[in-house]
Amino acid sequence: MKKFIVSLSPHVHSTDSVQRNMYGVCIALIPALLASLVFFGLGALIVLLASVIACVFFEWAIAKYILKMQRTTVCDGSAVLTGLLLGFNLPSNLPLWIIVIGALVAIGVGKMTFGGLGCNPFNPALVGRVFLLVSFPVQMTTWPVSGQLTAYTDAATAATPLAVMKEAIKAGDPSVLDKLPDAVSMLVGQTGGCLGEVSALALVIGLIYMLCRRIITWHIPVSILATVFVLSGVFHLSNPIYASPDAVLMSGGLMLGACFMATDYVTSPMTPKGQVIYGVSIGLITVIIRTFGAYPEGMSFAILIMNAFTPLINNYCKPKTFGEVTKK
Amino acid sequence: MKTFRLGGVHPSENKLSAASPIKQAELPKQAVFSTYQHIGAPAKPVVAKGDVVKVGTLLAEADGFVSAPVYSSVSGKVAKVDAIVDASGYRRPAIFVDVEGDEWDESIDRSQTLVKLSDRPDLTPQEIVAKIKAAGVVGMGGATFPCHVKLSPPPGTKAEYVIINAVECEPYLTADHRLMLEKPDEILVGVALIMKAVGVTKGFIGIENNKPDAIRLMTEKAAAYPEIEIVPLQVKYPQGGEKQLIQAVIGREVPAPPAIPIHVGAVVQNVGTAFAIYEAVMKNKPLVERVITVTGKSLQSPTNFLARIGTPMSTLIDACGGLPEDTGKVIGGGPMMGKALLNLDVPVCKGSSGLLIMNEKEARRGEEQPCIRCAKCVGACPMGLEPYLLATTSAFRNWEKAEQNNIVSCIECGSCQFTCPSNRQLLDNIRVGKSTVMGLIRARNAKK
Amino acid sequence: MNLILIAVIVLGIVGLVAAAVLYAASKKFAVYEDPRISQVAEVLPQANCGGCGYPGCSGFAGACVKAADNGSLEGYLCPVGGQAVMERVASILGMSVSASAPKVAVVRCNGTCENRPRIASFDGVRSCRVALMTGTGETACAFGCLGCGDCVNVCQFGAIRINPETGIAEVDEELCTACGACVKTCPRKIIELRPKGPKGRRMVVKCVNRDKGAVANKVCKASCIGCGKCVKTCPFEAITLSSNLAYIDPEKCKLCRKCEEACPKNAIQAVNFPPRKPKPAPETAAPAGRPQAETQTVSEAPRPAQTEGKENA
Repeated sequence: MKKFIVSLSPHVHSTDSVQRNMYGVCIALIPALLASLVFFGLGALIVLLASVIACVFFEWAIAKYILKMQRTTVCDGSAVLTGLLLGFNLPSNLPLWIIVIGALVAIGVGKMTFGGLGCNPFNPALVGRVFLLVSFPVQMTTWPVSGQLTAYTDAATAATPLAVMKEAIKAGDPSVLDKLPDAVSMLVGQTGGCLGEVSALALVIGLIYMLCRRIITWHIPVSILATVFVLSGVFHLSNPIYASPDAVLMSGGLMLGACFMATDYVTSPMTPKGQVIYGVSIGLITVIIRTFGAYPEGMSFAILIMNAFTPLINNYCKPKTFGEVTKK
Repeated sequence: MKTFRLGGVHPSENKLSAASPIKQAELPKQAVFSTYQHIGAPAKPVVAKGDVVKVGTLLAEADGFVSAPVYSSVSGKVAKVDAIVDASGYRRPAIFVDVEGDEWDESIDRSQTLVKLSDRPDLTPQEIVAKIKAAGVVGMGGATFPCHVKLSPPPGTKAEYVIINAVECEPYLTADHRLMLEKPDEILVGVALIMKAVGVTKGFIGIENNKPDAIRLMTEKAAAYPEIEIVPLQVKYPQGGEKQLIQAVIGREVPAPPAIPIHVGAVVQNVGTAFAIYEAVMKNKPLVERVITVTGKSLQSPTNFLARIGTPMSTLIDACGGLPEDTGKVIGGGPMMGKALLNLDVPVCKGSSGLLIMNEKEARRGEEQPCIRCAKCVGACPMGLEPYLLATTSAFRNWEKAEQNNIVSCIECGSCQFTCPSNRQLLDNIRVGKSTVMGLIRARNAKK
Repeated sequence: MNLILIAVIVLGIVGLVAAAVLYAASKKFAVYEDPRISQVAEVLPQANCGGCGYPGCSGFAGACVKAADNGSLEGYLCPVGGQAVMERVASILGMSVSASAPKVAVVRCNGTCENRPRIASFDGVRSCRVALMTGTGETACAFGCLGCGDCVNVCQFGAIRINPETGIAEVDEELCTACGACVKTCPRKIIELRPKGPKGRRMVVKCVNRDKGAVANKVCKASCIGCGKCVKTCPFEAITLSSNLAYIDPEKCKLCRKCEEACPKNAIQAVNFPPRKPKPAPETAAPAGRPQAETQTVSEAPRPAQTEGKENA
């Protein structure tokens, strides 16, 4: 007689997969990738390639030779994604060896030490970036001016909008803010900065794509952006030395962080309520660091801080169970 | 359009047999009647080897209040009273009847004429419930809860609405859909009978709008019954879950267990049950046959059968063109909540709404990957639970935490596992946790 | 000078307040602890190995006291201290020492892949309880070992494993402490704690199938069919038959091995006996299945990695 398979229900599956989600995010990053190539040319290409290749290599090598895992998670796209995001968070003139160190820290320390995919408490790409930021502050904060398509390490550098904002606050002089580029060029990406963060428009396109394909839900990005907008608006109205909220939204890594870094599955809370709390907190911390802190940018720190709170949020933000209302 | 509030998923519908009319299934050579075709105490056999039976002869009587009698659906001789592995996968006592001819008990009205409620104004609610009880009608949607129990509300509760479940949210299955298209008048009389039995004046029939023809026909026919309303519902699984349906139709939430639908004033019955009730009360016909969908992508001709209870599944499959070569799994019921069968000798029982043949490729589960904490299971859970957490707490035997997180509220609909991108077998673990926690709760209550 | 005085006074007040709060708290939130718990804990080895299944020696002491209040220390054993320590514990708690013979967990199923054909393939979480929910599992036997290793997962001592060749659980007698965790876990109640017997020798019915003979016979070559031949053969009335299943009472069994010969299905096994000399006598029972019994406890096979089954957990 024929042997049937027996298993418990459900017997069908949605065919959704880890790969589909990870590569979906990668596809969502394509507009930003194109934008970075348009603005930084060769430099962007070298940095991104180096970052992705290094991340994938470290993931494979650590899984195979150190952890001796049965099957590696290289093919599921999570390492490619980490590599892309790490690259997006770096200036386009960063020397290769620094990038490789960043990738090693991101994958090795940020992800694999905790047991690989799904186990890491912190966003690996951000662990890599913050490690580089505190280890190589000079290289990490000299951003080339966009438009130098063939220059790599010899690219001319300039102050970013964030540095201008910080300067205005330090000087207490609102006229410093006139040095900021106009809104249109900030939206499209005619400013200095890390690779992936220059074009807010490209990032928003990616966000819309992810929302449409239901890779992520709106809770985290919207709550971060709304919080930042409201809070910086309050500051701006109270004192004109603080930049206007639209400039704050479009400058620095805020868009990239809100759309792609904070929404990382593994390190963000599970329930919608928790996700909103997480998003609002990230927005608050970012604005506070940007306004009162020593660093011009606070997005990566804000996300990492809230990553640490994720288990706590998960523990306390329970979804409302069916029928709970009538229990009272 | 109405639907339930929390979670839900959209599996591919695959209603392959929606256009095939209900066909009378061939009589088997031997019919097997499990005494365990319902929830509650098994029925007690009252026949012995060699007894001659007709269609409608009592084979086993109900043993207690939560139980149901079993009637013969064929005529012939009792071959033996033994045991068989039934659709549950367990060996259960069963009565084997060798079929000879097709002779019906005289008391059964086999004519096709419609008997309306107005034709029988003398029927009292007590009589209706008694007839349903005697006919052995159980929930035909698959839950197989004895029908008369639901129609006898416990003291202190009052039914306000009767809700008929014609959602058929399981992919593949079309039995209820076809029944509505072919027996709409009988169903409506059945609904009216249920309403009279529990003494309510408002009835709803919830139908998902992937069955527009059924909605149209039922609305047309229900025009004659002002107290019955047809409610089209947005397509979403698991709308056919009792609690989900109640919320979708009347917007009330049934509290967490041990509360039951009657606590919010609702009595829910399946549309197939309504039809069975009509036949039991108006035609004096015990539950001896039911509509069952035999379907599957590799099956030659997916069909809806009106099959006698006790017919072996293999007979039905042969009538559909035989078991395909590449069969990997045979499921009794739908793909989301059905039970995989061990062999094809399993007989059709009162709760068999479908038989699904899956090929080898469809049948295997995907390789399990690490949880990426994407929270899709949380979003899909119609009960507002956190499946990822319940699965892990169960796997680590942390029963206390599982209980705190309301594991007993799980309705085992499978939405979480269906949606998981990592192919995690969430529901397997949750089931273990749920049954353990329920055992612990029972033990605690027993101590008190 | 003034400064020092102020500092002293302030610190003194803080100290006093803190002391008062602590005193109040210790009175208010005091937890009564049975003095016997610390007495019992003292005689325990204080290895805090957790081998007993409780969190450390004090946890075990608490459990012992509770068990003694309920009337029996049965099943409580400190694997490090052994019987000697348990005797001292029992004397502290005023219990009579249960000088029972050392026990061992016995898997009462011999439904190997060869004996018991697989009629289905199970897909899902490797847990006996999940397999049980699908019905009879991979085989047609509704009583036998499911082979998913729930017992392996609960064993603290790595004394039980699923033999990949036979597909059923196997106990390593050297490591088994008869703690009973596997007995409680097994959803089919196949594992039983039985006295080890002299030199570890014992007779066991390796089957728990309570189906009728015909059914049991069909699903497994090594099943007990309840024929009762062993009952008739046994000169000591040690074997009873209930619901189609034979059971050997270890107290009455004198290890004569007559039942082993009588069993037509080799469901009764003699464990740890020296190999029998081949007898030319007319014997009906085929000796083919025997060597398996003798080699059962030879632990040459690689020790199971303890995590083997836990990965699924």
